[in-house]
Amino acid sequence: MSDLKTQVELEEQGVLFSTINKLYNWGRRSSVWPMQFGLACCAIEMIAAAASRYDISRFGSELFRASPRQADVMIVAGTVTKKMVPQVVRLFNQMPEPRYVISMGACATSGGPFRDGYNVVRGVDLYVPVDVYIPGCPPRPEALLHSLMTLQSQIDMQSLRNVRWYGDENDAVDFPVPQFGAEGLEIAGFPGTADPVGGLPTMPPFVSPALGGRGERNASISYLEGNLPKPMLKSGSTHTVHEEVANGAVA
Amino acid sequence: MALLLKGELRSKLQAELPAALDVRWANQATAPETAEHAGALPVLIEDDAVVHAAQIVPVAHFLRDTLGYDYLSNITVVDYLAFSIMELVYQFYNTTAGGADVRVRVRIGRTPEACIVPSLSPTWPGANLQEREAYDMYGVVFPGHPNLARVYMWDEFKGFPMRKDFPKTGDKYTHVTGE
Repeated sequence: MSDLKTQVELEEQGVLFSTINKLYNWGRRSSVWPMQFGLACCAIEMIAAAASRYDISRFGSELFRASPRQADVMIVAGTVTKKMVPQVVRLFNQMPEPRYVISMGACATSGGPFRDGYNVVRGVDLYVPVDVYIPGCPPRPEALLHSLMTLQSQIDMQSLRNVRWYGDENDAVDFPVPQFGAEGLEIAGFPGTADPVGGLPTMPPFVSPALGGRGERNASISYLEGNLPKPMLKSGSTHTVHEEVANGAVA
Repeated sequence: MALLLKGELRSKLQAELPAALDVRWANQATAPETAEHAGALPVLIEDDAVVHAAQIVPVAHFLRDTLGYDYLSNITVVDYLAFSIMELVYQFYNTTAGGADVRVRVRIGRTPEACIVPSLSPTWPGANLQEREAYDMYGVVFPGHPNLARVYMWDEFKGFPMRKDFPKTGDKYTHVTGE
C-alpha cells in the first residue's frame, strides 16, 4: 500500500503513474452520459440537476442523449407503470455495454406510494438490474449528484479482467421485454402472468451489478410478499484511492 | 337562460321531460335519517336530478340547447358495490353565464347486461374520451360510441381495475386495515 501512497505523492508533484485499468476507468467515469428520458416528477429534479444551479456537467454527465445507442446510464426518473415498462426494458436493451441504471425516487425503486395500486410496477429492478438506488420523493438534485458519484465509485472499482462486457466471454444479456396479457404482464420464462394487475409479481428482482449481478435474478427472494428489504450496498465496499488515503488506510 | 339553483334541474325536468326522471330515490329526500339508514340509503339521496339511462341523451341536449349548459366538464363513475349500483355523474357548466356546475346522475346495475348507457359522443364530441375512460376503468358500455376502445390499459387486458370488486394488489397498506 505504500506504493499507492508514493504514487499519490508523485501525482501531486506532476509525475503520473497509472495502469491501463485505471486510465480506462477514469475515462469512463468522467463521461457518463445519461439517456434523455423522464417519467414523472423525479424528471423535474433531474432537469434541475442538469441546469446551472446544480450543474451535472461538473461530473461529466451533461450530455443527455436522445438515443439509447449513445447513452451510458439510464436514470429511471419517476413512476414506471405497467404500460410503460416494456418500453423501458426495450430502451435498456438498446443501450450498448457498459450500461448502468440509476433508479431515482421511491416509485422507480419500489413502486412508492403506488405500490399497492393496480398500475405501477413494484420496483424497476424486477425488469432491469439497478446499479444505484436513490431514496426520496422526489430526491433532491444533490441526491442525484450523489448517486452519480456513487456510480463513479463503482466504475472505479471495476477491473477489465472480470467485467461482464469485455473480452471473449461477452455474456451481456438482453433482458426479456414483458408482453401485455389479459391479466397483466407476461414474461418469457415465467409461467402464466408474471406481474398481474391486481396481484403480486411472481418473479424476484435482478441482482444489482454493484453486488456482482450479471443479469440473473435474486433466487433468495422467491416471492415479493411483505416488505422485503432490498439488498443494500455493504458499507465500505466502494471507495476511491483518495478516500483510502484520507481514511488513513494507506500507511 | 339563467343559472339553475341547487336542485332546480329536477323541477325543470319534471315540467319538460317527466319521463326522464328516475324516481326510485326521489321520495327518500324527506325520509328521516334513522339509525338503520345511517351510512346506507342516505348515500343515494341527492339534490341532483337522477335520470333514466335511456333518457340521458335528451336530458343532456335539454341542458345544452334550452338551459345553456354547453360544456360537459366531466363524466365520473361511482361504484356502489353494497347497493349493486354503478352511478354515472355528468357535470355540466354554463360557459356564458358562469356559475356553479349542474350534475346529472344515472344509476344502472353492475352486471354486463345492465351496465349500459347510450353514448353522448355522436352529438357531443367532448364526451368521447370521458366515455372511453368510464369503459376502461369501470366497464360501462356506451352503445353508439364511435370508438369504444381502452384508454389507459392495454387492449389485451380483461377486467376493469377501478371496480370495487377488482382484486387488491396490496401488501404494504392493506395488511394494516386487515383487508
